[in-house]
Amino acid sequence: MTANSAREQLRQFILNNYLFTDEQSALADDASFLDNGILDSMGILELIDFLDETFNVKVAGDELVPENLDSINSVLKFLATKN
Amino acid sequence: MCGILGIVAAQPAAPELQQARLAAMAARLFHRGPDAEGFYCQGVVGLGHRRLSIIDLEGGAQPMQTPDGALCVTFNGEIFNFVELRQSLQTKGYEFASHSDTEVILHLYREYGLGFANYLNGQFAIGLWDNNQQQLILVRDRVGICPLYYYADAEQFIFASEIKALAPVLPQRLELNPAALDDIFTGWTCLPPQTIFQHIYQLQAGEMLVVKNPQQVTRQFYWQLDYPQHSAQYDGRAEAELVDELHHLLTDATAIRLRSDVPIGAYLSGGLDSSILVALMHRQIKDQLHTFSLGFTDPALDESAFQDRVVQYLGTQHSRRMIDYGQIAQALVKTIWHTESPILRTAPVPMGLLSQWVQQQGYKVVLTGEGADEVLGGYDIFKEAKVRQFWARQPASRWRPHLLTRLYPYMELPKGDASVYLKRFFGVGLETPELLWHSHLPRWQTTSKAKLFFSDDFVAGLHNSFEDKIQALFPPQAAHWHSFNRAQYLEINTLMSGYLLNSQGDRMLTQHSIEGRFPFLDHRLMEFANRLPPKYKMKAMREKYLLRAMAKRYLPADISLRHKQPYRAPNVAASQDALFNSDLADYLSVATCQRWGVFAPSKVGFLLQKARAAKALNTSEAQALTGILTTHILLDQFCSHRI
Repeated sequence: MTANSAREQLRQFILNNYLFTDEQSALADDASFLDNGILDSMGILELIDFLDETFNVKVAGDELVPENLDSINSVLKFLATKN
Repeated sequence: MCGILGIVAAQPAAPELQQARLAAMAARLFHRGPDAEGFYCQGVVGLGHRRLSIIDLEGGAQPMQTPDGALCVTFNGEIFNFVELRQSLQTKGYEFASHSDTEVILHLYREYGLGFANYLNGQFAIGLWDNNQQQLILVRDRVGICPLYYYADAEQFIFASEIKALAPVLPQRLELNPAALDDIFTGWTCLPPQTIFQHIYQLQAGEMLVVKNPQQVTRQFYWQLDYPQHSAQYDGRAEAELVDELHHLLTDATAIRLRSDVPIGAYLSGGLDSSILVALMHRQIKDQLHTFSLGFTDPALDESAFQDRVVQYLGTQHSRRMIDYGQIAQALVKTIWHTESPILRTAPVPMGLLSQWVQQQGYKVVLTGEGADEVLGGYDIFKEAKVRQFWARQPASRWRPHLLTRLYPYMELPKGDASVYLKRFFGVGLETPELLWHSHLPRWQTTSKAKLFFSDDFVAGLHNSFEDKIQALFPPQAAHWHSFNRAQYLEINTLMSGYLLNSQGDRMLTQHSIEGRFPFLDHRLMEFANRLPPKYKMKAMREKYLLRAMAKRYLPADISLRHKQPYRAPNVAASQDALFNSDLADYLSVATCQRWGVFAPSKVGFLLQKARAAKALNTSEAQALTGILTTHILLDQFCSHRI
């Protein structure tokens, strides 16, 4: 898995499931999921499931902080540390 | 309930022409009053009435005139204190030809002029023609139980109990009001005087209009909710005295709502409000009381066991109608014909199926516990607001927001430092707790996510400020009210009046010719409750504290102490069959989105894809899907042609 393909899959997941669009410009890589109301509490849990199913990455309780899960960039950075 | 309608024309019309127009309007209100029909035409005015006979079955025909022909009234609803008003007017020399509450209105107006509405205890929409003054007086009850709509142009002023009855005499077809849809997709209901249709308006709760001619209309409020502005104005009596007073008021509010010449039943949800009401009725009715309830095949929503417990304790004759997703999908199109509004969840549908059930068993009138949560402080939104106010006093606190997890134990939160997430989801407005509508910000924020599906063109043409309209709803003194009272005021004037009493109340009852009566909305009880210190509504996090204290006198602890469970019904958005395999699917198609242009087809497509993937939609998504579906049903039924 390349960083670019991970970015693409993650973007597509967020765009299609939470912004309901294919429009790439609708989501900046550093846009906060929480501040912009893109994800609610259930959305965060779905994102965790997505990371597990797609990248086989388990998120530990103490890793569930916005620094790891609040934007495309922060999730990718978090994935890099897990790999 | 009945149906009323009328026209004030700029120029006198030929009586036969006027009557034909009134008859076309009245035909649309048949369901509200199948028992009789009547018309009155005189010069520029025409009044019509469809009757559901409940009081004075022989003598209460409408429109009703005074013997001298000076006054004529068409009236929907009930004046529950008509017996006392009649006696009072008789002592002043008035003579009565009937035993109906309608005749009381005529004499009361003659005695007190425009101040007459202040004397009425009831639920009503009234159209009264004063032939001497050549003016029409329209009045709506204090909390908006009975609906009343109007339209005016240079030629005519027309009014009716439902919008569909205005349609036959409108100069053009009905058109969507985009700002009202934006309101609904924010706060569940459009804000009066607007309606979902352009140029159609509604009287507000507690409002009176005086129509001299179609272009000269004045408006005033004869009653508005008010609360203490400082602690010394609260009722300072001891708790035991307050419980006695509540007991007295609720007993009398129930007693006068049992006045009827036909049998009366009751809705029994199994919760505290309907249980205490049924207990009070049980003591006042000699025959066995018939109670009605809904049950749901989805066990997560079903309250049958709680209902059975109350039935067993009080010994009522009980009938339950079981509802599944299929029935809701099947009845949805007809439901929207009656709500005359998009809805964000399909909870009104079962209420319509319940009123059909009641009608089939020969009843015309039911008492319900509606209003207790708003008036006496029962809703979770009041608890949530209380926690958020507490938290706003120390915004940096990490544990204060955790009180919210006790309030919503079913809320799924990521593990770890949940306070960070709670702050993002509930911290909206944390820095502005003095905002009049602070209590409702999280709810409106969640609901507003449904607007993501509006098309770009629709958004570009939208000019609406929901918060400006909310600001205008509040009187100036609201700045000095307790935050708990502000939350109550907002809930009563928005969700209760516009949605619970209307889309989920009157419209679901009257579609099957059933009248609902609501003792907790007796204005004497409301005025008493408004002066209660907030601690008697919610003590710590215990809702409806005073009502529970009173309920202990009538009900065992397992009923009187039961925690509030909100009415939740199966939503079509959770049913794959309803969305994809029923007639409803067309309303979500690309073609339908394109035809109306309100919603972006591609976004709706992604939402359906998510629903089809059998993933549970979250609250915002389910509301959006239901909103899109019912907006399209509404547009197809009301706006695609002249109805």
